[in-house]
Amino acid sequence: MADSIPLSGATDLTPEDKHSRLFLEVMHEWIVTTDHKKIGLMYIAASLMFLAVGGIEVLLMRIQLAVPESKFLTPEHYNQLFTLHGTTMIFFVAMPILFGFANYMVPLMIGARDMAFPRLNAYSFWIFLFGALLLYFSLIGGKGIYGGSSVPDVGWFAYAPLTSKAFSHGNGSDYWALGIFITGIGTIGTALNIVVTTICMRCKGMKLSRMPLFVWLMLVTSMMAVAAIPPLSAAQIMLLIDRHLGGHFFDTQAGGSAVLWAHFFWIFGHPEVYILVMPAFGFMNEIIPVFSRKAIFGYPAMVAASVGIGFISFTVWAHHMFTVGMGAAANTAFVLSSMIIAVPTGIKIFNWLATMWGGKIQFTVPMLFCTAFLFQFTLAGLTGIMLAVAPFNWQLHNSYFVIAHFHYVIIGGILFALFGAFYYWFPKMTGRMMSETLGKWHFWLFVLGFHMTFDFMHIVGLLGMPREIYTYEPGNHWAIWNMIVTTGAFVQAVAIIVFLVNLVRSHFKGELAGNDPWDAWTLEWATTSPPPSYNFAEEPMVRSRRPLWDLKHPEDPDWKYEFETENEMTAHR
Amino acid sequence: MTTIPFPYDVKDDPWELPYRGSVGMWCLITAELSMFLIFVVAYIFYMGKSLSGPTPKEVLHLPVFDTICLLSSSITIHLSVNGLKKNSQMVFIGWLAGTVLLGLIFLLGTAKEFTDLIYKHNFTISTSLFGTTFYSLVGLHAAHVIIGLLMLSVVLVLGLFGRVRQEQFNHFHSLSMYWHFVDAVWVVVFTVVYVVGR
Repeated sequence: MADSIPLSGATDLTPEDKHSRLFLEVMHEWIVTTDHKKIGLMYIAASLMFLAVGGIEVLLMRIQLAVPESKFLTPEHYNQLFTLHGTTMIFFVAMPILFGFANYMVPLMIGARDMAFPRLNAYSFWIFLFGALLLYFSLIGGKGIYGGSSVPDVGWFAYAPLTSKAFSHGNGSDYWALGIFITGIGTIGTALNIVVTTICMRCKGMKLSRMPLFVWLMLVTSMMAVAAIPPLSAAQIMLLIDRHLGGHFFDTQAGGSAVLWAHFFWIFGHPEVYILVMPAFGFMNEIIPVFSRKAIFGYPAMVAASVGIGFISFTVWAHHMFTVGMGAAANTAFVLSSMIIAVPTGIKIFNWLATMWGGKIQFTVPMLFCTAFLFQFTLAGLTGIMLAVAPFNWQLHNSYFVIAHFHYVIIGGILFALFGAFYYWFPKMTGRMMSETLGKWHFWLFVLGFHMTFDFMHIVGLLGMPREIYTYEPGNHWAIWNMIVTTGAFVQAVAIIVFLVNLVRSHFKGELAGNDPWDAWTLEWATTSPPPSYNFAEEPMVRSRRPLWDLKHPEDPDWKYEFETENEMTAHR
Repeated sequence: MTTIPFPYDVKDDPWELPYRGSVGMWCLITAELSMFLIFVVAYIFYMGKSLSGPTPKEVLHLPVFDTICLLSSSITIHLSVNGLKKNSQMVFIGWLAGTVLLGLIFLLGTAKEFTDLIYKHNFTISTSLFGTTFYSLVGLHAAHVIIGLLMLSVVLVLGLFGRVRQEQFNHFHSLSMYWHFVDAVWVVVFTVVYVVGR
């Protein structure tokens, strides 16, 4: 008889030595740690810090844009702010926070004791942090060799030839290129680590076909990151060669091409969007089934759709460039590939809906965020399809409609899923529950602020307001919408403050969570909250996609229904 | 219902996962390939688009000897890996030393080529678009040869002190994958820069 799953010995019950430690000892422990959970938490903490920085930057920009002909910011400062905001939010907030969750969860979910390369993991985190600090050092760094300001002011995509020596006098573009290049090394390191961990460190019985979908999504994301970040690094090396060694890569006067930079940037840039959204899909895949009290609908289709998105995302980059004049053939090809990628994404949306269909849905805070994700991400996808149509794109490119579209993806989709993940896994990470009351305040305020800001941003975009302008004239009907957008931004800021208060308060005063507060099914809930440094005292063994379901329901385990080969099926009959 | 037995026991299942060093090296090679791809694309895209300066035909010569040396080093490192697998220290160290030597010859060849171009033809990275793409692509490859040589030399020195044993076969095999990759990329660089581009 092999009914009981040997998970009982998951933890070592010897009481821990609880003497009080010096502050320095604690600091030392965190700095030298190679524990994937501590590194994951440091990733998340660093990202939250940069979220605050990037958020303050955008609030300053929104104050400037709230009324026409505002004198709150100078044009130079405005340029610097939108460059720092975009760069910070993508490279120092979204990517590291998602990799932070992956760092924490992937080894636990596959029943491993740590990542495949723990020291590489620590290295990746620290090189990311110092790369990010290098970019912000530009704020206090000296004037550039040509006397210009050293704060990057070329936009997060740093289009050539604006970054050439002739137009970017200070060292701003150098700080941008080097800072991102260095954080890129950390990103590639972490991504490589996640790929190797999922391939080589799975516990017994954790076949690829039984991996939690979050792990699957992180595997695909990390493979994409390994292939997509180096083109950006290569382009940044070229930029630095141009600026410091007198090269001509993007120098049109010597025969170089500014459009080539745009191609190279978006060859990185579009897979990057999917690198950000796939972990969010992963959160959805874990949270929705648990709170619908049903197994995920269409597991193989979900895996296939994820891998499909991974491949197709490398073929759509030039839909960011319909206005440069690539010709009808190239435009058509990128219109088609951009529309095709909506198919696997649609499959995912329908699978989540089918998971919820007929389930006993519990609207806890994580589930609220996931439900909002479904609505908002679908809308974001629809404006994406609109913008993928080249003639429509010619009309609205570089307008606030585009800004509204991608913020709908990144905030309405990714950030909502991330908040869901915070409320869902906070009990595992700290051993305490987050407050549901504050969580609901956070959710409803954020929904209100989000829709005030980004729904109306579509309208001001349709009215023709271009992006990256520091002010505008009164009398073209933009002012009222901009005022609403700015108000919404402050409502979102209040919601984020509620969230941060909730995080800190729950960490000290939240009610104790126990090992498995949500009655969930994946392996991380089998160990204590927070998990011990070794994760599992005894290597777990799994027989199905929901090992904890099998453990809790020995009378009706999942492995009775999951067959992969004819042999297993006949053996069962 | 508990009487239904599980079709097979997980404990008895064979559970072999690939060695993490090789998988890690494959990931690193993917990342490096992706980076080289961008430089190669830039080279091909800018072929013949220089507005001034010497043409490739005027200044470049086919580095046939260097290429033979570098490509043979793939064979020697393979023999060296096989030597370690069979625990024959002589074979392992001999062929490894041969690999390092061949790599050094290649590197010296590149150094001589660059020196000639800079001092005899006055052709540098800032001369023209061709100079920029040529030095960055060939230089990027040379940088990878240097990194590979440094790592191989570390293994060689440790091997001479008798510190590399059969247990380290997996590690050395991963390193050899990197060296094969450096050689394979040279085939592409050679074809693009010296055959098609000339």
